[in-house]
Amino acid sequence: MNNIMIGRFVPGSSWVHRLDPRTKMIVTFVFIFVMLFASSWGTYALSAVFVVLAIRLTQQPFKLYWDGLKPIFWLILFTVVLQLFLTPGTPVVLHVGPLQVTWPGILNAIYVMIRFTLIILMSTIMTLSTPPTSIANALESLLAPLNKIHVPVAELALMLSIALRFVPLLMDETQKIMNAQKSRGMSFSTGGPIKRARAIVPLLIPLFVGALQRALDLANAMEIRGFKDAASRTKYRILLYGRQDVVAFIGTLIFVLIFIGIKISGV
Amino acid sequence: MAITFEQVNFSYGAGTTLANPILHDINITIADHQVTAIIGQTGSGKSTLIQHLNGLLKPTTGQVIVDDLIVTNTTKEKQLTKLRAKVGMVFQFPENQLFANTVLEDVMYGPLNFGYKTDEAKQSAQSALKMVNVAENLWQKSPFELSGGQMRRVAMAGALASNPDIVVMDEPAAGLDPKGQAELLALVSNLKEAGKLVVFISHQMDHVVSVADQVIVMQDGHVAAQGTPADVFNRDIDWFKSVNLDLPRAGQFAEQLRANGVSLSRRPLTLAELATMINEEYEHE
Ligand SMILES: Nc1ncnc2c1ncn2[C@@H]1O[C@H](COP(=O)(O)OP(=O)(O)OP(=O)(O)O)[C@@H](O)[C@H]1O
Ligand SMILES: [Mg+2]
Repeated sequence: MNNIMIGRFVPGSSWVHRLDPRTKMIVTFVFIFVMLFASSWGTYALSAVFVVLAIRLTQQPFKLYWDGLKPIFWLILFTVVLQLFLTPGTPVVLHVGPLQVTWPGILNAIYVMIRFTLIILMSTIMTLSTPPTSIANALESLLAPLNKIHVPVAELALMLSIALRFVPLLMDETQKIMNAQKSRGMSFSTGGPIKRARAIVPLLIPLFVGALQRALDLANAMEIRGFKDAASRTKYRILLYGRQDVVAFIGTLIFVLIFIGIKISGV
Repeated sequence: MAITFEQVNFSYGAGTTLANPILHDINITIADHQVTAIIGQTGSGKSTLIQHLNGLLKPTTGQVIVDDLIVTNTTKEKQLTKLRAKVGMVFQFPENQLFANTVLEDVMYGPLNFGYKTDEAKQSAQSALKMVNVAENLWQKSPFELSGGQMRRVAMAGALASNPDIVVMDEPAAGLDPKGQAELLALVSNLKEAGKLVVFISHQMDHVVSVADQVIVMQDGHVAAQGTPADVFNRDIDWFKSVNLDLPRAGQFAEQLRANGVSLSRRPLTLAELATMINEEYEHE
């Protein structure tokens, strides 16, 4: 339960941790966008270097990122297999029944795997170095222009940050309820599928009851303190771009330029 | 049915980069048919320790021996289910384990899981509810309509209903009114009388001295002391400060007497004992 690394914040004071969350978000989106155009060894190698550098700058061990990749291993494997068997072309390397594995298929599969891995690593860097509330703040700030067309950006951001805040709470809660029911002999691993599905009920009901109770408490607490939606409010954490953000943007710009260079020269 | 910890170390998230060592070299023996209290300041690892008693947590290294079952890091879940039938566990916030339509059904959940027939389960659920003084008119109510203290009792009944040989309770007195607390202490004594091994965590030293045969003091994941209440609570007052614990009320009173020049031969545990000692030692003045 506690091994899920995606979306988890690991406190720290590294250079990346200190970046403005908006910077991290923009750089991550730019990176993902650029990755869509990666098509050769040169571009992939460059992107990998960029990610590895960014990981180094978070001052967290590689193992942490590796742990983060594990849960989505199957997803990656699935796409790789799809690519492997469904890419047409010549020469054909292997026949498996009606399917065939082609040389372009193999290349594609490897590329997709690298692309997937790099994108996930890059997103992990952002979530790992940025507290969820800051992510919500950054989103609010970046989407602020949408206010003009009456999108309730502030409310959406608030909802998002509350939701993000509840995730670890609910995970802890699940663990506690599971412990309590296990102590009363609950077992997920015996019986047929129906019996197993029914075994979840003693877990889900307390979880929902608890979540609703928490939500009500939170709503009350907000109301008592005069929360009013659609009010424009000041912020506790004011986002400010600093020198290191400029450095990060320049670094990313250089990455993009070299990327375009490689792409044009076709390496 | 005694419990032994041998060189137990425990980390949350062991084997990952976020490993968080909590328990260090725990060696304790908990005797059968006795009441053992675990005390220690917040965060000292008490809850972590007792979750080893029914295999919810497994030692990262070392072993926990309950009766004839040895729990190590590699013990399988199936073995642990057997263990859990012997150990009734009441959690720090037991009210969030209730789920069934009625109080009675909720209490029957444990016995049914441990292989009781429906009518057997019903019978033992009823006697468990009686044991913890849940009034009969509440039995057919939804557990979510109860007050916090009532939920607590129902959850406690849920742990007792499968008639475990070992009863473990994490701060059972928290959130109970004075009458409820007195009933709880009576329940602990009754369970002991019925031959069970009882382990409970408490922050109330008066509860500890009134029912415990043995006390284990935890500090920063170490066992700081283990012994009878008389042994432990006669330790030096500075030691109590070092583990951030209070004395029972009688002990505090005796300390104040001593500070004012009235010293007793040892520290009394209960108010009755305090009164007797004052009577005996100062009878002729
Ligand atoms: N699921 C968990 N994951 C990681 N760390 C935990 C977990 N549960 C507890 N801890 C940590 O273990 C330490 C001991 O916690 P534990 O709950 O055993 O303390 P306690 O003695 O029961 O305290 P209290 O008197 O407040 O209940 C604490 O530092 C806590 O942060
Ligand atoms: Mg605790």
